[in-house]
Amino acid sequence: MQVYLPIAEISVNALLLLGLGGIVGLLSGMFGVGGGFLITPLLFFIGIPPPVAVATGTNQIVASSFSAVLAHLKKRSVDLRMGSVLLAGGLAGAALGVQLFAYLSRIGQIDLLVQLSYVGFLGVIGFLMLMESLRAMQRARKPGYRAKRHHHTWIHALPLKMKFRRSGLYISVIPPLLVGATVGVLSAIMGVGGGFIMVPAMIYLLGMPTKVVVGTSLFQIIFVSGFTTLMHATTNYSVDMVLAVLLIVGGVIGAQIGAGIGTRLKAEQLRILLALLVLAVCAKIAIGLVLEPEELYSISRLKGGA
Amino acid sequence: MIRALLLLAMAITILPLRPIGAQAEPEEEIIADLSQNHVAITTRFIGSEILVFGAIRREAPPPEDAPLGLIVTIAGPSEPIVVRRKARRAGIWVNADAVHIDSAPSFYAVSTNAPMREILIGSEDLAHNISIRQAITSFWTTQLSPDTPEFIEALIRLRRKAGLYQMNEGGVRLRAKTLFRTSVRLPSNLVEGTYSARVFLTRKGRVVDVYKTAIEVNKVGVERWIFNLAHQRPLIYGLLSIVIAIIAGWGASSAFRYLRG
Repeated sequence: MQVYLPIAEISVNALLLLGLGGIVGLLSGMFGVGGGFLITPLLFFIGIPPPVAVATGTNQIVASSFSAVLAHLKKRSVDLRMGSVLLAGGLAGAALGVQLFAYLSRIGQIDLLVQLSYVGFLGVIGFLMLMESLRAMQRARKPGYRAKRHHHTWIHALPLKMKFRRSGLYISVIPPLLVGATVGVLSAIMGVGGGFIMVPAMIYLLGMPTKVVVGTSLFQIIFVSGFTTLMHATTNYSVDMVLAVLLIVGGVIGAQIGAGIGTRLKAEQLRILLALLVLAVCAKIAIGLVLEPEELYSISRLKGGA
Repeated sequence: MIRALLLLAMAITILPLRPIGAQAEPEEEIIADLSQNHVAITTRFIGSEILVFGAIRREAPPPEDAPLGLIVTIAGPSEPIVVRRKARRAGIWVNADAVHIDSAPSFYAVSTNAPMREILIGSEDLAHNISIRQAITSFWTTQLSPDTPEFIEALIRLRRKAGLYQMNEGGVRLRAKTLFRTSVRLPSNLVEGTYSARVFLTRKGRVVDVYKTAIEVNKVGVERWIFNLAHQRPLIYGLLSIVIAIIAGWGASSAFRYLRG
């Protein structure tokens, strides 16, 4: 069943898009990640113009995080204060990122930036995650070991301190602002929510307790993604509503099935699988950059989204 | 298709009406029509096929010695584009050189009844911009480099691969030196706008007559509405996208939970 996408201006098989959304939803349900880092490159592979893929990816993230945020708010596992500080940074970062995106599109280097960002971030995060889960598996075999939190670092020496009651923290607002801004830029450039970078940063850099980390990051992601969608819609006219709806419907169904599978696997196993998945996506993109491409030439239209 | 055949039949019946034996005019005239003058891009649009057909009206018997050439072109709206070439920099492949092309048709199809070089001479191509190469104006490239022709060749190659540029030598079928027809495939990734269809009649490589008509390609219905909203009211469109996304996500998960009981 072919469907014509009004903004991407191409005709794509609707079942393929539903399936794509479904597989990414399945993985995100299994691993508890947003899946933006998978959906955007997959959209490139099936021929959606990169600006449309990135902008529509952020739109899809709003939908996939919405019900999750509601659930976390109900469970009171969202640090609204921390979330707002992260959000302030995120909005500034996203505004900057969208401008950067538009500028690099004009000079023809946007694909390079997107690919390099993917290789860099996925490589580092995948590697850290793999190391961490391997260590956790070793630790699990040695009983009596307890990880310690709250070690004093340079972060505690920064000014502008603020109390975050739900996280039980009294730290400077500068690190959360910077973390938020970084995630905002990534959201605009890579079409991702940024959970895969924000969650580790919140745990290891800010020292937040694990139980509020996911809810708080989702709270920030939903607003930053919504804002990024609006910025892309008004700056680059590249949000494709039809594409987004197909991905979302497939994604939600996949996520429900994935969540069922996820509960049956052990946490460490899940994290190793996720780390391997992240590294595989990273390797695929990196190989594309290093090998001589089959086609050296490319065409870009000066007006219009693509 | 039925309409096309009907029109073809009409074209044939017109032919005997010509004033036979009237003043010997060497002129030959093209009578042509298209199977459709309007292409609607709907949600289910998967491309389209346009039939160009017609007849050659003559005041005198056709010249025996001069080969007859028929060239049908269909051109989409032209726009400025940039062609980029990758080069290896610091170990990775990046876009390095670029050539700006002032005007290139978004779609261009050429069909002929014989090899181009046998039925069209260079100066006539220059005058009428018939071949794909001529349809791309490259004179005003902003970054003139000695390898600009390579970039234009690459542009043609890429768009031919995508089905946007077509060269179909022998695609025009000529019957009894009078009736002709050809069909042109329009891909699904069409740009909106006014397309121009031209039919050239040549003798000894020179253009004797030209027939021109227009084809309107437009998005219709929901497609039209979404596209217009996105470009004219981007903020409202963006907000609407978010609301629809949330409803779709919520609706799908509720429906799924309901199905599970």
